[in-house]
Amino acid sequence: MTEKISLKNLSKRFDAILAVDDITLSLNNGEVLGFLGPNGAGKSTTMRMLTGFIEPTSGTAEVCGLDVTRHPVETKRRIGYLPEGAPTYGDMTPDSYLSFIAEIRGFDGAEKRLRVDAVADKVDIRGVLRQPIDTLSKGFKRRVGLAQAMIHDPEILIMDEPTDGLDPNQKHQVRALIHEMAQDKAIIISTHILEEVEAVCSRAVIIAHGRLLADGTPADLLAQAPNHNAVVVTVDANAAGALRQNLEKVPGVASVEDAPAPGLAEGKLRLRAKPEVHTGTGTDIGDAIGAMLRDKSIPVHELFVERGALDDVFRQITAPEGASDA
Amino acid sequence: MRNIAIIAKRELRSYFATPLAYIFIVIFLALTGAFAFFIGGFFTREQATLMSFFMYHPWLYLMLIPAIAMRLWAEERKTGTIEILMTLPVSTVEAVLGKYLAAWAFSGIALALTFPIWITVNFLGNPDNGVIIASYLGSFFMAGAFLAIGSCISAMTKNQVIAFIVAATVCFLFTMSGLDLVLNFFRGWAPEVVVRTIASMSFLTHFSAVMKGVIDLRDLIFFSSLIAFWLFASIIVIDLKKAS
Repeated sequence: MTEKISLKNLSKRFDAILAVDDITLSLNNGEVLGFLGPNGAGKSTTMRMLTGFIEPTSGTAEVCGLDVTRHPVETKRRIGYLPEGAPTYGDMTPDSYLSFIAEIRGFDGAEKRLRVDAVADKVDIRGVLRQPIDTLSKGFKRRVGLAQAMIHDPEILIMDEPTDGLDPNQKHQVRALIHEMAQDKAIIISTHILEEVEAVCSRAVIIAHGRLLADGTPADLLAQAPNHNAVVVTVDANAAGALRQNLEKVPGVASVEDAPAPGLAEGKLRLRAKPEVHTGTGTDIGDAIGAMLRDKSIPVHELFVERGALDDVFRQITAPEGASDA
Repeated sequence: MRNIAIIAKRELRSYFATPLAYIFIVIFLALTGAFAFFIGGFFTREQATLMSFFMYHPWLYLMLIPAIAMRLWAEERKTGTIEILMTLPVSTVEAVLGKYLAAWAFSGIALALTFPIWITVNFLGNPDNGVIIASYLGSFFMAGAFLAIGSCISAMTKNQVIAFIVAATVCFLFTMSGLDLVLNFFRGWAPEVVVRTIASMSFLTHFSAVMKGVIDLRDLIFFSSLIAFWLFASIIVIDLKKAS
């Protein structure tokens, strides 16, 4: 059985607010799933139901085939969880805190010591093991939280905004850690940093207003960006007219527009050719445009293919009005 | 059982990680001493008993026990660590019992540290040590009952000040329920059975019975069942409003 996590028609209602609305989702071993969504979209609520912290109003959450509500202790044993904000007992030292977690997770004596030391090395908190957590910097606190989630080498790792508040080096470190663990685990991370999804996730879902709006690889999502595979050409301003006419004639090009950029040199002009869209994906027009430019011998200052930004996809999907399904 | 012990150990250790434990113990010892000697007239009684020492315990507990109990759950809620604790492979029962037992053990430590007064009274005369042991036991169980009430109320809020005030008030009602101050409120309209039930809930009545050296099983059962009831209520409260 490889299906590690399975959510079926999961919903959660808080009084008048439907925080999570009928989410169905499953996750296999080796997958790193990114939960994307604006603040208040229902990401944390979904994670809390999955980890057994709160009970769903309807639907089920299963971990390794076990229902979280009916087998709370067995499922919690298999999960490592970093809650939002990485709360810890601030008056303890990382050493005593991690020892406590290790004991609750069933490790004793030498095995416990080994686990604490290994995980402390992994998240690089060896130097501060004996200082009260309250006196540590935000980056260290977050890493203590991560260590807590990883200490028992869980089959399933759920992390709510694991890199929030870390500096770029620490972010890189945490992402490398997630990469390293990804092979033999099912991992869910929530984030609103979109670059993170491209950096660590093998799959991403977008949630807004409690509903699952998109599900695919980061590349799939990227393909939905309005500028995905668009070709940008920069030429001298006086050649722009000719270029525009020629670009429009290239097969596969749907439209040509000005693409002003702040850093552009004096007397240059930038045009963007957007490809026709077939079944959600833009056609590749890069080669055709390159051939055309050579034919017409238009001197080109700069030429590149845009990948589009996940930001744009995110905004397009989660915008309050006209949200489109994927 | 194992998980209860681990949670209790962590909790108890965290009392001593901050000045809280030491301040509490010093104030508890100073106040029990002051009440016994100055207000209770330990010496002027010229009796080799610890009556003047124990008789103020309900009033001291009224102020001091809610101060221990207020942080039990309110702090976990405030700092968000409740989400860690309740997603570890432990049941709510284990978490509630573990935290409660730590607090009770802590109050037991504070109580045990009053032993010099017991040595003093033995040095000065020949007290009935059976009565003293019964009184210590009664005092310990009464502290446990106050703590169980405080645990439940602490579970309801993330604000420790609210937890303190409400717990102190509820404890006050339980302490006083045998006295006219509380009973007169019910006498006008409630049937006699209700008034008598309320009167029978009085900590003062039960504790003074124990203090006389009569360990009536009923008094210990009273405190034990009160503890069980409020802990059960704590478990329900935690399960219902973990996340809010």
